[in-house]
Amino acid sequence: MLARTADNLYWLARYMERADFIARILEATLRLEALPKDYGGSEPEWESSLDAVGVLEAYRQIYPSVTGPSAVDFLAFDHRNFSSIRNCINSARSNARAVRTALTRETWEAINSAWLELQRFESIHAQKGYFDRETLARFLDFAKKTSLDADGSAYRTMLRNDVYWFQRLGLYVERADNTARILDMKYHVLFPESDQIKGTRDYFQWTTMLRAVSALTAYHWVYRDQVKPWQVAELLILRPEMPRSLISSYSNIVRFSGQIARAYGQQGPTQELAKDVLTRLESLPIRDIFASGLHEFVTHFIDDTNKLGHTISTQYLLS
Amino acid sequence: MGRLVSFDEMMKPEGRHRAVYAQIQKWLDQAPRELLASRRAQAEMMFRRIGITFAVYGDKEASERLIPFDLIPRMIARSEWTRLETGLIQRVRALNMFLSDIYNKQEILKAGTIPADIILTNPHFRPLMAGWHVPHDIYIQIAGIDIVRLDANDFYVLEDNVRTPSGVSYMLENREVMMRLLPELYAQHQVAPVENYTDSLLASLRSIVPHKSGHNANIVVLTPGQYNSAYYEHSFLADKLGVELVEGRDLFVRDDVVYMNTTRGPQRVDVIYRRIDDDYLDPQCFRADSTLGVPGLMRAYRAGNVALANAVGTGIADDKAIYTYMPEIIRFYLGEEAILKNVPTWRCRERDSLSYVLENLPDLVVKEVNGSGGYGMLIGPHASRQEIADFAQKLKQDPANFIAQPTLNLSTCPTAFDDGVQPRHVDLRPFVLSGSDGIRIVPGGLTRVALKEGSLVVNSSQGGGTKDTWVIDDMLLEE
Repeated sequence: MLARTADNLYWLARYMERADFIARILEATLRLEALPKDYGGSEPEWESSLDAVGVLEAYRQIYPSVTGPSAVDFLAFDHRNFSSIRNCINSARSNARAVRTALTRETWEAINSAWLELQRFESIHAQKGYFDRETLARFLDFAKKTSLDADGSAYRTMLRNDVYWFQRLGLYVERADNTARILDMKYHVLFPESDQIKGTRDYFQWTTMLRAVSALTAYHWVYRDQVKPWQVAELLILRPEMPRSLISSYSNIVRFSGQIARAYGQQGPTQELAKDVLTRLESLPIRDIFASGLHEFVTHFIDDTNKLGHTISTQYLLS
Repeated sequence: MGRLVSFDEMMKPEGRHRAVYAQIQKWLDQAPRELLASRRAQAEMMFRRIGITFAVYGDKEASERLIPFDLIPRMIARSEWTRLETGLIQRVRALNMFLSDIYNKQEILKAGTIPADIILTNPHFRPLMAGWHVPHDIYIQIAGIDIVRLDANDFYVLEDNVRTPSGVSYMLENREVMMRLLPELYAQHQVAPVENYTDSLLASLRSIVPHKSGHNANIVVLTPGQYNSAYYEHSFLADKLGVELVEGRDLFVRDDVVYMNTTRGPQRVDVIYRRIDDDYLDPQCFRADSTLGVPGLMRAYRAGNVALANAVGTGIADDKAIYTYMPEIIRFYLGEEAILKNVPTWRCRERDSLSYVLENLPDLVVKEVNGSGGYGMLIGPHASRQEIADFAQKLKQDPANFIAQPTLNLSTCPTAFDDGVQPRHVDLRPFVLSGSDGIRIVPGGLTRVALKEGSLVVNSSQGGGTKDTWVIDDMLLEE
């Protein structure tokens, strides 16, 4: 396969996953923002959401201060934001178009019809310069459904060869990064000493994190317990049955990078680094992570995942 | 009904809106009628998709019906809510102490505060429960207290529901639907959240685990099955709690311990949130023909190996005859005056009351003491002469089985119809959770609305609908 083709496939999946993630972050933050002040509703939430998506600096270059409406628009639709949902879907589609022949018809149509639908939102947005709340809700539903469709079509129709594996690799690297960023943004409300029901404020912070990875109901099924901060951390980091946990993302990264290596008859730094990270996750109980500092752990993890991204690029994607 | 002027929760008599409805009024003034209509259609579609339906017994055509949902939220200011909340906590504490006493020392009977025969001859009094204490001495883990407003100042308790009160899934889903349908209006109000209800319920259920192994305890929701009218709610709650939804046939009792059959073999069950009436719980103790229950369950219960929520025998506390004694009950156990008022009630068992009631039937609402769901009652002002005469016969035959109340002038709230917005009568059912670690209430509750013009019956089985209930900060009102 051409390195360029692999690059398109990998990024196609990353952008699709990112669009879904930003839609969830937006929904969760809107929900938090609408709460009364003493339940934690406030504008500073937007700053941490922009930060979690990694676009706070880009935002600051355009806007003097962080406000709800401008943050929402920046995350959802601003063409100046490289990672806005709109740009993610556009980028995913242009990557898909570049490798149209590598995709099954179903996968291509899922992505292309999303892009067509996006044009409709473009014209609504152009009229007002922003989305009203109802259109925004529809747009976020659309973004989540787009990822479901693209992901589901690929899963159901693609041959299990490197075309498929590079997409999966992209999806799970993006997912690992996204979950880690949520942890990074909220680590301060997850300290074990906040065990005591300190008030409802923190409760809604925890449930916001769970909503952002669509795990609120899953949490209850795994723990059969009230929402408690260290269990939220454990679910997002170490529970293999949780599809967006760090450990689950990495076991998929190891699996799909392993399949590429076996097919190509060659292991490399990607496989080595992925296995290292997974082994560390598998050997760390959550109390050790808290003991040595959750923030340090997450920062370290995000660095590793960045490094993995570079390694994949160097090993496979750059010609 | 025209002679009654009701307290409208939005509009004051002089034609100005109350502060708590300021934004709602503005929204109603601006929203085009078509928008309301299209939102109503959308709401119905969302409820259908969620699957939040209920069955009406005897109504074969519509075995899965939707409870009508009204878009316009019912507003309560935080200061009003705080007062109501304090009153609810007081009332539920007293009810729990009452049950613990009635099934043990019976001091309230010895003191003569309540006539003993009301308790001892009551079909809801369960002799099996006498002489022992349920785990942590908590009888009512989940209460739904029906509240009405008659004026701007006071909240009145219409009835206490402490057996298996339902409706909480509507409270929770109504909120989700409102957030989706009217996001702008919702965001303007900073509504106090209710979404933590199921987490609070889980905490309350966990707090009554009967033995020490708290953390691995198994909690289940026991349903009569999918043909029950509230099945959606049972499945909804089990899912949100992250616990198994079991039927009687999934459980068995061995050596006084309750187990559920699982793919990994029998698993011990520690707490049962049961949505089955006492009568059907255990064919060895209650109705022998019940196939919904679990043979031997009461033995396990009495051995202290399983906790039931709510306890067996709580029906004695929400009996309408007992209701009339609530101010005395609160005074007896807590030494306090009741914060929430009772609706004035005549006990037909008392000779003077009976003759008053018989003379004034056209103006009164008469209820069976053990009835629920709006069945078996007479609403005097709406009844025909013949109906009143028939009811008078029934009343004379068994007066102790009835209580009577004045036709309450329930408050009204704006409600949306195809031809515009009109006031309709409402009540409110807040849900009160009790655990060994305290009482929890999420702000608000289920507002039920009588959709028929002039109707005072809010029950879903009798054409009532629901609304979302928004508790908002008073400081928002000052603007």
